[in-house]
Amino acid sequence: MSMQVPTMAEMMAKGETPDVLFWVGCAGSFDDRAKKITKAVVKILNHCNVSFAVLGTEESCTGDPAKRAGNEFTFQMQAMMNIQVLNGYEVKKIVTACPHCFNTLKNEYPELGGEYEVIHHTQLIQDLINTGKLALKDGGVFKGKKITFHDPCYLGRANNVFDAPRELIEKLDAELVEMKRCKTKGLCCGAGGAQMFKEAEKGDKEVNIERTEDALETKASIIATGCPFCNTMMTDGIKNFEKESEIKVLDVAELIANAAEL
Amino acid sequence: MISIILFALLLVGGIGFFSFNVLKVRNNILLGRSTERSDNSSERWKTMLLVAFGQQKMFSRPLPALLHLAIYAAFVITQIELIEIFIDGITGSHRIFHEALGGFYTFVISFIEILSLLALFATVAFLARRNMLKLPRLNMKELAGWPKQDANLILIMEIILVSCIFTMNGADEAWLNLAENGSKSYGFSISSLIGPAIFGGMEAHSLHLLEQIGWWGHIIMVFAFLNYLPYSKHFHILLAFPNTYYSNLEPKGKFTNMESVTNEVKLMLDPTADPFAAPADGVVEQMRFGAKDVTDLTWKNLLDAYTCTECGRCTSSCPANITGKKLSPRKIMMDTRDRLTEVGDNIRKQGKDYSDGKSLLGDYITEEEIWACTSCNACVQECPVNIDPLSIIVDLRRYLVMEESKMPTELTGMLTNIENNGAPWQFSSNDRLNWANED
Repeated sequence: MSMQVPTMAEMMAKGETPDVLFWVGCAGSFDDRAKKITKAVVKILNHCNVSFAVLGTEESCTGDPAKRAGNEFTFQMQAMMNIQVLNGYEVKKIVTACPHCFNTLKNEYPELGGEYEVIHHTQLIQDLINTGKLALKDGGVFKGKKITFHDPCYLGRANNVFDAPRELIEKLDAELVEMKRCKTKGLCCGAGGAQMFKEAEKGDKEVNIERTEDALETKASIIATGCPFCNTMMTDGIKNFEKESEIKVLDVAELIANAAEL
Repeated sequence: MISIILFALLLVGGIGFFSFNVLKVRNNILLGRSTERSDNSSERWKTMLLVAFGQQKMFSRPLPALLHLAIYAAFVITQIELIEIFIDGITGSHRIFHEALGGFYTFVISFIEILSLLALFATVAFLARRNMLKLPRLNMKELAGWPKQDANLILIMEIILVSCIFTMNGADEAWLNLAENGSKSYGFSISSLIGPAIFGGMEAHSLHLLEQIGWWGHIIMVFAFLNYLPYSKHFHILLAFPNTYYSNLEPKGKFTNMESVTNEVKLMLDPTADPFAAPADGVVEQMRFGAKDVTDLTWKNLLDAYTCTECGRCTSSCPANITGKKLSPRKIMMDTRDRLTEVGDNIRKQGKDYSDGKSLLGDYITEEEIWACTSCNACVQECPVNIDPLSIIVDLRRYLVMEESKMPTELTGMLTNIENNGAPWQFSSNDRLNWANED
């Protein structure tokens, strides 16, 4: 089945209003690895007949990396342009697979005139499962596998979402193994605060290597995460240890889409 | 009579000088910019009760939390005994509550003694941890010199304080235990045992003198300690309470909105706006974007700085620091406090407009440090008294980027991309939906 990805413009032309806007984000739109996560989310939304739309070419960077880098001008320009578009479409609810977009839309847009209910895709999927709209087959592909979850800082510490992704992993009949630093004590992957877009300062080690070591210690065969940037950092870390044939780095949405055979 | 006068002088001098220094610190803190932290008082009281009074966040590391709790509990409960010492000091009485409270008095003093003994044990353990076990977090570069001495000095003062309590109580017990006094005992849990055991052979006169040494030693140490606080990292024992009350109650991921920028951006986006028009309401105060010096930070940032007791939980959880970068959130707080003290002294000596040509950014904190931050909030999460080093780092970045256009070159590229094509990378916004048609 091909994906159905309606845009807000198309919906509006037909006089329809979707229940939720799927905010894809820059990584989800342009990064080859993250695009797969985007597609996994769409497959789940399609499968559950969720009424959604994307902004498509009308979406623009939330401004998160600009704000973290200290450029409030660029951030607010982006935010106000996006808010104009979102309010123009009378958007009420937004789901996103990027914790950085999630945090910015949820916490930093209201003061600039953009008030929406913003949820992370793991929260939406959790809701779909809890309401019976999405069923996972018993003994799916991940049955008995060891999976560890890397908390994205902007989902976990920044917004206290720790349970949704974990409950989803437990739904897979898999063994959730925690890293020694997890939840509120989770170690950053090294990408936040605009670090993704620059070389790290001089030090002994890259942050993602330190974090990958935490993950390797758990002996998990899958590192699950809920952020396209964490995904990149952990994937690079695993490559650095030449473990890419044994250990996969997957988004929780991909795990669920695979388990539901979508 | 002489002792009453001496005590009164000590009391007035001790409290007077302390108040003088607290006012100085308060004035320094008020050099900061305004920020709204008086809303939602019920949530604020709750936070203070849990985090400061209840030590909630200490318990993420149970062993040091228990040792710390022993000292904290002893400190809090000893205040009861201090009331009696004050009254005895002013009136010239001796253990004025003893007769009136009877068994309850014995219970309270016994409880204080047990807590004091535990505190003594914890203090010795803390000294050993710093100086013998050399715990990495307590032996980092930024602690070399005065901070390390400060820490040891506090612990030593605490040992002296507790020793004075036991000398005072022990000598009293030994005195009452003398045959001429009927071999009696106050029944204090610890000093009734160690008092006669240690001071047993001494005469009444010597015991009385010893009790006086303990009593005076204790009260002098109390005032010395009190007056040392404003000069020391140990000020946290008082400032932890207001600091947690004024905690940031927003989600940690939310960075402050800069309203000055909002006004300008609105003008830029409004096609009808006249860029040369005079500001609507006359003269608008020109504020620097972000922070170059301590006076550009908020008063809460400055209160944070005085509250920091340099425990280093922030730094030991900082991904940049763990991987060998120069950034240390604790150093950010120490630098802020040290610079603020300097700026405050300058203003008091040289007047409000004096500039020493130095600034927090550059002379204390380097650009390399602030660019190493991943904004992961681990430091904010870990702080047992809700200090927020991240907001200082962000304000320093804001100054560098918006006032001086100084940033790592890759970030210039990233920002240009966002401005030109709405993504941090060089992709056309027309291609945003291409993923939907790819396999």
